[in-house]
Amino acid sequence: MTGYEEVILDHWRHPRHKGRLPDPTGSAIEANPLCGDVVRLEVRVEGGTIADARFSGEGCAISQAAASLLTELIVGKPVAEVEKMKDEDLLSALGGVVRTRLSCALLPLRALRKALASGAQRTSPPGEV
Amino acid sequence: MDERIRDDFPILRRHEHGKPLVYLDSAATSMKPSAVIEAEADFYRESYANVRRGVYELAAAATDLYEGARAKVASFIGARPDEVVFTRGTTEALNLAAWGLGETHVDPGDEVLVTEMEHHANLLPWQEMARRQGAHLRAAAVTQDGELDRDDLRRKLSPRTKVLALAHVSNVLGTVNPVVEIAAEAHRAGAVVVVDAAQSVPHMPVDVRELGADLVAFSGHKMLGPTGIGILWGRNDLLSELPPLLTGGEMVREVWLNWATWDDPPARFEGGTPPIAQAIGLGAAVDYLRAIGMDEVRRHGEKLTALALDGLLGRPHVTVYGPRDPKARGALVSFALAGIHPHDVATLLDQEGIAIRAGHHCAQPLHRRFGIPASCRASFHVYTTPDEVEHFLAALDRAWEALR
Ligand SMILES: Cc1ncc(COP(=O)(O)O)c(C=O)c1O
Repeated sequence: MTGYEEVILDHWRHPRHKGRLPDPTGSAIEANPLCGDVVRLEVRVEGGTIADARFSGEGCAISQAAASLLTELIVGKPVAEVEKMKDEDLLSALGGVVRTRLSCALLPLRALRKALASGAQRTSPPGEV
Repeated sequence: MDERIRDDFPILRRHEHGKPLVYLDSAATSMKPSAVIEAEADFYRESYANVRRGVYELAAAATDLYEGARAKVASFIGARPDEVVFTRGTTEALNLAAWGLGETHVDPGDEVLVTEMEHHANLLPWQEMARRQGAHLRAAAVTQDGELDRDDLRRKLSPRTKVLALAHVSNVLGTVNPVVEIAAEAHRAGAVVVVDAAQSVPHMPVDVRELGADLVAFSGHKMLGPTGIGILWGRNDLLSELPPLLTGGEMVREVWLNWATWDDPPARFEGGTPPIAQAIGLGAAVDYLRAIGMDEVRRHGEKLTALALDGLLGRPHVTVYGPRDPKARGALVSFALAGIHPHDVATLLDQEGIAIRAGHHCAQPLHRRFGIPASCRASFHVYTTPDEVEHFLAALDRAWEALR
């Protein structure tokens, strides 16, 4: 069966950075009311860099795998770079997502953008993220 | 069911991801036979004009076709044509019912009773009406087996209950509610009984008089007919008491600048140019279903449901919602795979050309009742084959292997 690339199945079965951060500088929850997907993304920003990130939540394989992969992509990166991340960047890192499920795949990215905007150590003015 | 029926449905020749389409979402909407597609096209090609207003021959011909469709639908459900109101669908029909009953039957402090298994279309119009009238909305519980809790319903039915609105067949659980008995109880309490028949009329013989309800709503697009056309059936004396939802052209008698008198039903409820071609298409769908015979349609649905239920219940990782007995349900089965989100199941099946529904099926309170955000649903109609159900079960095993 296709549709679920190896990377999605891998992150779904073996989630990275799953759990809660004891000391987040930014945190946000995004939910998809249509299917009940929920993703909480927490980040700790230190000196303009994402020092650590965690996700928690529940839902479909695509939303949870995307959240896991996203945390891998951002930890250790400068906030300024992460803020420039586009939807397509995450989708291609996932190996492509069928068009009926884009909202699931992008849920964690929406949470990340909110989490960064909520954080004290913002590097860009609100509204730009 | 004769397999040649499939040739009547051109869309079933379609392929999805290189695989033949296996369409198992007929409860959402059914596919259309050529007879329906052609009836609509022929009307546009040969007899098209607005109805009820022209003095010329073409308009009279169009009106005959439109009213002829009404007569076909009426006879299909054991009704008189003047009791059959064309609407845009079940949703509009139920909104019309809720609006009219609110204006005439419900006062502050009264109660409106629904059930936990309602589609949002048979919940939100009553919520809104209760709010407008200062009435209370109550909901009869659903048991763990997916049946209506009859004792709870009886407890909640009282002389304050002015309206009972319930589904004939649940679009999630498949449960066939015993409307005849329930309507009798509700009538003894003095309530008007409104039935959402969106999932029953397309799949089983329904005689609105035997049903014992006062108002019955259903949609053309779920019974092989076009979109944009549906029915509100009502007892004529009750319809005559109700005010229109849509005011405008063609639903009035006398219009002055500051007052107007309404036409009789059904015209009173069909303000504006109606979906004429769609009504005619629905007439053709009724002809098509009658040629098969609704008893045969029901037998076929039961057979496929039994097959699907058997397969699903035999897999320990599958949870099935609703009654276990195919005779006690409509032509659909909702289910979930342990630990796997329904959307993942549906996406994996889609890769094999199999279209099933995943989500809350416009019944959020019911899913909350069962503590789940969503479910999968496979549903059938006359063109569905036992082979397709077997194919679906096999694909479900592959999805399970891929994600477990
Ligand atoms: C039980 C039930 N009620 C109401 C509706 C709404 O029908 P429509 O969308 O055609 O107005 C549906 C279909 O989705 C249904 O299954």
